[in-house]
Amino acid sequence: MKQDKIIGAILLLVALSAISGLGLITVFIFREGVPIILRLGARQFFLSTDWEPSLGKFGILSMIGGSLAVTVGAAAIGVVFSLGLAIVLTQFSPPGLSAALKPLIELLAGIPSVVYGFVGVVTLVPLIRHTLGGPGLSVLAASIVLGIMILPTITSIAIDALQAVSPTYLEGSIALGATRWQTVTMVILRAARSGIVAAVILGMGRAIGETMAVIMVAGNALEVPHSLLDPVRTLTSNIALEMGYASGAHRQALFATGVTLFVIITLLNIAALGFSRRRPARSRVG
Amino acid sequence: MAKKIETQGLDLYYGKFHALSGVNLSIESHVITAIIGPSGCGKSTLLRSLNRMNDLVHGVRVAGRVLLDGVDILAPSTNLSLLRRRVGMVFQRPNPFPLSVFDNVAYGLRVHGEMRRSHLLPVVESSLQSTLLWDELKDKLDSSALELSPEQQQRLCISRVVAVKPEVLLMDEPCSALDPIATGRIEDLMRALAGGYTIVIVTHNMQQAARVAAQTAYMLLGELVEVGPTAHIFENPKDKRTEDYVSGLYG
Ligand SMILES: Nc1ncnc2c1ncn2[C@@H]1O[C@H](COP(=O)(O)OP(=O)(O)OP(=O)(O)O)[C@@H](O)[C@H]1O
Ligand SMILES: [Mg+2]
Repeated sequence: MKQDKIIGAILLLVALSAISGLGLITVFIFREGVPIILRLGARQFFLSTDWEPSLGKFGILSMIGGSLAVTVGAAAIGVVFSLGLAIVLTQFSPPGLSAALKPLIELLAGIPSVVYGFVGVVTLVPLIRHTLGGPGLSVLAASIVLGIMILPTITSIAIDALQAVSPTYLEGSIALGATRWQTVTMVILRAARSGIVAAVILGMGRAIGETMAVIMVAGNALEVPHSLLDPVRTLTSNIALEMGYASGAHRQALFATGVTLFVIITLLNIAALGFSRRRPARSRVG
Repeated sequence: MAKKIETQGLDLYYGKFHALSGVNLSIESHVITAIIGPSGCGKSTLLRSLNRMNDLVHGVRVAGRVLLDGVDILAPSTNLSLLRRRVGMVFQRPNPFPLSVFDNVAYGLRVHGEMRRSHLLPVVESSLQSTLLWDELKDKLDSSALELSPEQQQRLCISRVVAVKPEVLLMDEPCSALDPIATGRIEDLMRALAGGYTIVIVTHNMQQAARVAAQTAYMLLGELVEVGPTAHIFENPKDKRTEDYVSGLYG
């Protein structure tokens, strides 16, 4: 039909312009950011902790350290709670409960990050300051807030991975006298492993890219953190905090920070894709 | 001959559906008993009552008694882990775990607390030997069980059960996913194992029952119609319904 063809063409146009828009943004970021890395030298840019834009010093090592610290911290917290939740919901609850709770968990992902940051500043930061010492604004605070923020992502993908495990494994294991818990740890987690790893990596991608909540609770100090209670500045925070007034080489260095983030997140996504493509091992005749 | 298992007035409901009604079945020790009957008559349900696998099903209700060596396994005090160790099960579709060959066979022992590889290895070897897999697989103990052929997978599943030294082997259509040649070899294996175990096999295939089983039970619509020596069931059944079934009138 003629009408179908027209609608098809319009949709194609929309899709292409969205993709080319993304492509243009990517090109723009790289064009603005890469030259200064080349000019300063990769060593100087990535491996120096001196970030003093007024003196022309642009070393982002402490921010790379900050981003890694909060991301690893968030992943650790996120994995423990998300996996626990996913296991309880898929293995130890009546079937309806997981179906009812999963949309609720996914709803958590829709809460604006500034809200998480606000709750963190008001409750978590003073708690850390009073019980553990330090300024409160810290790697720990950021890790906890991010860990909670990535919980929906990891939980939801982990639930899918666990539900995809063939029920014949459960039967086979129970029939050998295993308990539910032994079955989960010895077979089901193994069978769902690739999906769970993909879930964690995607969660880390979210954590490293998060900005607003981190600015509010991490303290933003320009130092490589030595303890969980030290304040840190992440790559994303650095861009958001300084872009407003930066110009010239400073501005380019912020774009270069963006390029760094872009590459890290792309690598994480590729890794996640690789793991989720690896189908959970399944019986040939099953 | 000694009775290994005896069900007395066994009733089972899936929700409102009455899947087994008043089943009284005696299973003799150290022989093969076949359960035959048309699709949906409750063969698998009966078999799964003997190691309480039906406990996994939501909304299932059981009444009556199932005696294993004279002790009622339906009693709430039954140790299910121990029961399933004594009464092992092989499924219709081979279901090796996504683990290595070794870890599959060692699984049951590990579940029951034996972790030392030096203790596991001889059991893995003898279990694989009893299913005639050892020579084929002794150099592949660390490769994934999912890479084996369907027949090897089913043999592995039998080895996995044999490894925990059960007294009873329950097999639910163990050959239905296999070709005729593999089926023949699994039947040989069953006959070889029969001396050491009490075997109960569910099968759709009447020739298979005739080939391997000493006793045969015929079920229809959740009832046990008739049970007796296999030759009697096939050659001069007492019940008209059994006669209709074995002469191919329906099913
Ligand atoms: N989990 C369940 N919930 C509800 N009904 C069930 C369930 N499992 C089996 N049934 C019903 O119980 C009856 C007996 O099922 P069962 O699987 O024991 O039959 P079967 O004789 O093994 O059949 P087949 O030869 O097809 O394997 C069937 O009518 C089936 O639909
Ligand atoms: Mg069946």
